[in-house]
Formats: sequence, C-alpha cells, structure tokens
Amino acid sequence: MAFRMNEYDEFAVEEAVRLKEKLGGEPDVTVLSIGPDRVGEVIKKALAMGCDRGVHVRDPESTSRDPWQIASMIAAFAKDKDFDLVFTGMQSQDRGSAQVGPLVAEILGLPCVTTVVAFEWADGLVTLRRELEGGLRAGFRLRCPAVLTCQLGLNTPRYPTLPNIMKAKKKEITLLQPGELGLPAALAVTKAFRAPERKGSGLILEGDVASLVDRVIALLKEKTAVLR
Amino acid sequence: MKALLIGECRGGQVLDATWELFGYAAQACAEPLLFMVGTKEAVAGAGVRVLLADASKQGEYNPEAHKLLILEAIRRESPDQIVFMHSSYGWDLAPRVAAALGVAQSSEVIGIAEGGFELCACNAKMRRTVVPTTAKIVVTLQGGAFQGQKPAGSTEIQDLDVEASSRLEFLGYEEPEKKDVNLATAEIIVSAGRGVGKKDNVQIIEALAKALGGELGASRPVVDSGWVAQSHQVGTTGQTVAPKLYVACGISGAIQHLAGMRKSEFILAINKDKDAPIGEVADVLVVADLLQFVPALTAKLGR
Ligand SMILES: Cc1cc2nc3c(=O)[nH]c(=O)nc-3n(C[C@H](O)[C@H](O)[C@H](O)COP(=O)(O)OP(=O)(O)OC[C@H]3O[C@@H](n4cnc5c(N)ncnc54)[C@H](O)[C@@H]3O)c2cc1C
Repeated sequence: MAFRMNEYDEFAVEEAVRLKEKLGGEPDVTVLSIGPDRVGEVIKKALAMGCDRGVHVRDPESTSRDPWQIASMIAAFAKDKDFDLVFTGMQSQDRGSAQVGPLVAEILGLPCVTTVVAFEWADGLVTLRRELEGGLRAGFRLRCPAVLTCQLGLNTPRYPTLPNIMKAKKKEITLLQPGELGLPAALAVTKAFRAPERKGSGLILEGDVASLVDRVIALLKEKTAVLR
Repeated sequence: MKALLIGECRGGQVLDATWELFGYAAQACAEPLLFMVGTKEAVAGAGVRVLLADASKQGEYNPEAHKLLILEAIRRESPDQIVFMHSSYGWDLAPRVAAALGVAQSSEVIGIAEGGFELCACNAKMRRTVVPTTAKIVVTLQGGAFQGQKPAGSTEIQDLDVEASSRLEFLGYEEPEKKDVNLATAEIIVSAGRGVGKKDNVQIIEALAKALGGELGASRPVVDSGWVAQSHQVGTTGQTVAPKLYVACGISGAIQHLAGMRKSEFILAINKDKDAPIGEVADVLVVADLLQFVPALTAKLGR
C-alpha cells in the first residue's frame, strides 16, 4: 500500500501558501500532522509546497484514534498560537468523518465554515463560498480568526519543485508526543475493519483485450437496447 | 429509545432525504421526533411531532444559531440519539452539536451493527464497525443507505426559539452555471474518471461516446483538474443521471459518484482494479487498462 497526503489536505495547504504569497510572504504558515513516522514525508511535502514550519505529533496509534482525540490534539497545539486561520481538509480519504475541522473550531471557540470552494482575504475579513448539493453554493463573510475546511477544487495544488524540495530540508519540524497535547479518552472505538462482502451481482470480465471487446459487445447487444 | 431527527428545509421545501431519517429510526427501533428550521407550511403534513424553529428568523443555513436550537430541543426532550443526514447541512452541523454535548459522533453510517454502526472507509473500499462509548450519540446517515419512509401519524407542531447571534454573515445562494449539456435525458453516457491519467486521454473516452452515440460524462476530479467542463460532472455535486447505458471508465465508485448514476439501466465499468467499489453497482466490470481496452472497443464498434 502507498501512503500520500490526504487529497483534501492538499487543497488546504495550497490555499494557505497562496495567501502567504499574496500577502508578500508575511504570514507564517505551520503544517501539522498526527501519525506514525511515515507522515514525516507528508509534512516535508507541505514544506516543499511553501509552508514555513512543520509539527509532527508522533502517534503510532493515530489510525485507531477517534475524530475527537485528533481534534483535541490539534486544538491543544493551536490554543496559544494566535493563528488567524486554520485550514483543514473537509474530510480524510480513509475515514471520511468530516468531523475534525468543526470539532477543532468548537474546542477553540472559533467560527467555522466547512466545504469551502472559494476563498478571498481582505484585511482580516474573509469571503467564502461553501458547496451544497447539486452544485449550489452559499456565500459567507466572517472575521478572522476562523477554521475553514477545504473541499476538492478549491484551487489547483502545486507540485513541489526540486529547488523547493531542497529548501524544505532546512525547515524546522517540531516533534511532539500525544501526551504533550493532553490526549483525551476516545469517545468511540473501532471494533472491526474489513473488506465488504461483494454485494454486486455483476459480471467480472478478465482476459486479453480482443476477447474482452467481443464479449462486451455481445453483452451490450443482448442486455441493452442501445446496440443493435 | 428516542431519536431526535434533524430534518432539512431548503427554499421553503422539506428535502426528500429527510424521510430517510425515519427509515433509520424504524430500523433502530427508535421513537422519532422531527426537528426542523423551516416553515409551518413545509411541515404541515409531516405526520409526526415536530419541533419547529422559524427559518425566516434563524435562516435556513446558520450553523451557530441552528446548533443552539438543537441544543434547546435536546434539553427539552433528552433524546438518546441526534440523527442528521450526512449532507452539506448535516456534516457541518453534527460535529458542532457533538462537541457541545461532549459525545461521540458516527459519520456517514450505512447500517446498524451490534452495539454500533457500519461505516465506509478508504474511499468505500473497506468497511468499519464503530461502537460509541457515550450514552448519548450523534449520527449522520449516508444518503440512500436507509429507505425513505414518511411517518403516517398525526402532525403536532411545537415552536422552538432561541436568541442567537452569528459570526457568519450569510451572503445568499449561488445557482450552478447553466448546463450546456443535459445529461439527465441522455440515453447513453460514457464517463471519464481520474483513471484516464491526463487531459489528452479524455479524447479516447469522447471517441467511445461518439461511437455509441452518447454524451460525455465525468467524475469530479476530472472536472476539478480542468480536463472536462463542469457541466459534464455526474454525482451529488453534479448531475443525477439515469441513462439506458452508463459506461464508467477509470472511475473508482465513490459514494458521491454512485449517488448520481446508480439508477442507470445498465452499467459497464472499465477499471484495472478488480476490487474497485464501482463493481458493487456495475452490471459488467471489465478488468483492464482503459487506455488499451477503450480504443479497441471504439474501433470494433466503428466497423
Ligand atoms: C461533498 C463531496 C461531493 C462530491 N461530489 C462528487 C461528484 O458530484 N461527482 C464525483 O464524481 N465525485 C464527487 N466527489 C469526489 C468523490 O469522493 C471521489 O473523490 C471521486 O468520485 C473520485 O473520482 P474517480 O473515481 O475519477 O477517481 P479515483 O477515485 O482516483 O479513481 C480512479 C480509478 O481509476 C482506476 N484506474 C486508474 N488507471 C486506470 C487505467 N489505466 N485503466 C483502468 N482503470 C484505471 C483506478 O483503479 C481507480 O479505481 C465528492 C466528494 C465530496 C466530499
């Protein structure tokens, strides 16, 4: 299995770095990740994309933590740092709970907009669009500080360039233990993790391309009215 | 067991998905109670007891005020579960309520399991059973996982109100751009997923669409990358389609895509991963590299 940065988080990192660039480099951007050693690579990627500093909460048990524990650790770190904005992904690809961003906001007492697809900053005032169903969007304005959860398509995340990858090697990564961030007890536990039973009654076709083509055309003729 | 079901109202109409909450409550053997920020007209025939807050005062979407309203409803009714749809409204509001109560939330539930819930994981490739450890719990339901079920009791509306200010200023809704293609009426749709690899390869999918006399569709990442126009997107945030034939090329089968095309009459999927979740809805899954298979199919159809 290959591990990489959560897709939704790439949009979060990109948006923060764009804001930094737009404001002439003045904002200081911290990237934080909780997980085993391998998330170090993800932090390095974010630094190569343009973040200033990294924080790695080294937690080999991170995959068994519930969203409340993850959010509590993030909030404990952010509490006294005076961040103007906290960007998160709207969800993770593996869990998809969509809880961590709004939970961090609640713990810190900050306003929060989820599923952000457009972002503009002007002097501490943020104008946003969040996405609803069917392509409908809702506009909002709020004053910093705030927590925003980023949706697919918010921007086009950059690929780190080689010079920036080299530069990133000199950037500081702070290591923390979960205990230093007051890891609370879990509110939910995972009892089982497994592949789903195959429910589909569909046909699975394998083989060489030429015979696959013939079988598919025969099936389309037999089963649909679109090929005669 | 008592469940507070958080319904949704948009543009003065109760969203259909709200009735799925009742399908869940029936399965969970819970006594249902509906909460909604809406209008009297919208819930007039709800067939159940409703705690109604006034949308003209509180706004249809105003999470800070809606959170306080829900907390007030919980204070009055002491439900065991607070249940939302896993929608743009529900996934936004549920964690705020869970945090205020200090209780567990299970997100995007697809089924009820012993002592807990069934959830999807890893882009729908895996399943997880989660057991909350708090007495009260917050739950969000995956759209379509539970049958819609309109309650048939008597409607009883009770007003709910709180004084709430909001740090979010709502600027209004923005409709999606007008569609230049109407996929909803198309008989054949051939869709490109991220598996096409790059923009240039979209023409391979277009060629198959043309050979079949169909329209081009796309998954969201293909649209977000600018490979195909948004008007071709299929799924919860794109169009909902039900053609006679839907061909999914290099599409994994995420729930948000499936929600837009699972009603198609015949689904042909081409994917190099035999275990891709698209297999759950496909009538035929061709396990192949689409870059080889699709042009070969197009060529044969052309003859
Ligand atoms: C709120 C919300 C709304 C969303 N709305 C939508 C929506 O409306 N529509 C939508 O589509 N998505 C939507 N998404 C995104 C969705 O969750 C998935 O991320 C997306 O559908 C994945 O697209 P995909 O299947 O093309 O890409 P991937 O998941 O990356 O899958 C690519 C597939 O291609 C296969 N593949 C790769 N190479 C080849 C090859 N050479 N030959 C054959 N197969 C190959 C792989 O095995 C894989 O299965 C939404 C997400 C959220 C959170």
